[in-house]
Amino acid sequence: MRFLVLAGRNLKEVYRDPVSIGLGVIMPVVLLILFISMGKNLPIETFSPSTLTPGIVVFSFTFLTMFSAMLLAKDHQSAFLTRLLTTPLRPIDFILAYSIPFLPIAFLQTAVCFTVGILFGMTLNFNVLLSLVVLIPIAVACIGMGMIIGSLCTENQIAGIGSTFIMAGSLFGGAWMDLKMVGGVFNAIGYILPFAHAIDATRAILKGSDFGTIANNLYWVIGYTLCFFVLGIFSFRWRTKR
Amino acid sequence: MNKNEGGIQTIGLTKKYGDRMAVNGINLSIKAGELFSLLGPNGAGKTTTIKMLCCLLKPTDGTAVIMGHDINKAPLAVKQIINVSPQETAIANHLNALENLILMGKLYGLGKEESKKRAEELIELMGLKGRTKEPVKNFSGGMQRRLSIAMALISDFQVLFLDEPTLGLDPHARRELWKQIEKLKGKKTILLTTHYLEEADALADQIAIIEKGIIIASGTPSELKNEFLGMQTMVIKAQKLTSDCIEGLKAMYPNIRMIENGIEIKAKKLVFDDIVDYFRSKRAKIEWLSMKEPSLDDVFLNLIEEEKNQ
Repeated sequence: MRFLVLAGRNLKEVYRDPVSIGLGVIMPVVLLILFISMGKNLPIETFSPSTLTPGIVVFSFTFLTMFSAMLLAKDHQSAFLTRLLTTPLRPIDFILAYSIPFLPIAFLQTAVCFTVGILFGMTLNFNVLLSLVVLIPIAVACIGMGMIIGSLCTENQIAGIGSTFIMAGSLFGGAWMDLKMVGGVFNAIGYILPFAHAIDATRAILKGSDFGTIANNLYWVIGYTLCFFVLGIFSFRWRTKR
Repeated sequence: MNKNEGGIQTIGLTKKYGDRMAVNGINLSIKAGELFSLLGPNGAGKTTTIKMLCCLLKPTDGTAVIMGHDINKAPLAVKQIINVSPQETAIANHLNALENLILMGKLYGLGKEESKKRAEELIELMGLKGRTKEPVKNFSGGMQRRLSIAMALISDFQVLFLDEPTLGLDPHARRELWKQIEKLKGKKTILLTTHYLEEADALADQIAIIEKGIIIASGTPSELKNEFLGMQTMVIKAQKLTSDCIEGLKAMYPNIRMIENGIEIKAKKLVFDDIVDYFRSKRAKIEWLSMKEPSLDDVFLNLIEEEKNQ
């Protein structure tokens, strides 16, 4: 269980960087409150708390990509990763230690956003807990993407690429706009990427839809999760190969 | 463990990057408990050798056996028994010094209490006490370096790799580290690379000089000095130094030249007592005397120069 030792360190490393936590948790909450407030003057479904909240939760996960990529790249550039590679940790220990610490952050983001959503009128029921069926895979997909970027890019490059990824998540996820209304290429790209599928599936679960309704979206999300995570493992192995 | 399983043996250890040969089939034999120093100019292949021995790099050819474990066949077993102080300062910036040390202790399998106890000892030893609660990103470069070295000393290693450990340390910290390394001699097998030749001279049992990935000389520090330079020099200033007196001395040491108010003698082995006795017998009063051993710097520079000229 040596991976837990390294995972503990990685968790501290992220939590002790207040800017990261500020960005990853507070910024989505600010956006959520902003759009809900706009919805009070513009009463459309997109800005209702039960529609907005799942979207903002998924959007907040795109920050996990930035965090995991940054941690990996920093450790690599500072030679700390090289030192760790001389310890008796196995490759699987590294994969777990660089992934697991971001799951509590994902839970924190989810809990904070749902709490705010509920405070503004979203219904609290068992479906909120059930939505984790979709939210956990999309969070893992974002962490996997972070491992890909962190393995292949330098710290400076990540600042740009990570922001682009967050931007893609916000524009093509449909968190605060209806992609179907925008239509065309924008909508097509949105549904090629995993975010819109994750948001649609979470919204459907919160509405109490059956599995048949969310199955297609869930498969897309799980497919991306497997793809990103496997690619993340390969990228990490490539970066640290002997 | 039988005798052959102790220490480090490299067998044709080779690393090639494209057409460039970084390490060219080196064969080293380091006994268990020995402090072995690898010297060489920048880019000679020292760090590449250490990286292969630490299982960070896969050799292009050849192998090495560390305490009976083959680096190609059993890298995890090798990693269990080694620790490394890399050339670069390698620490976790947002953790404090104690957390950094405990982290390394636990990664090498020490329990929580044992890691904490050793971490506190190392903090004291490395002069980091008083700032243990502070994130190490606030430390000075020298303090970070000391912590990075301490992280290599926390585990129960059998083999320690020190890649230019004293680089960036002030003279006091360097001497303190030397003392710690001295304490490990005989108990742990240590491979040290350094640019400070006086360091290798003071600490190493055996030395190998590497250039362009090839071992060009090896032996104990004194063997290298005698074999490759060999000349000791003595300068004597004396009263009543007659030509008769000098002629007699030339029978013992032919390589003598006159200098102002004295002589300079060069020989493979100068016997101090014999020379002083001879001067007394000739009633010549020695006013000043100095003796200079060839330094490892001389050997190193000589060998590297020879290698370049070939």
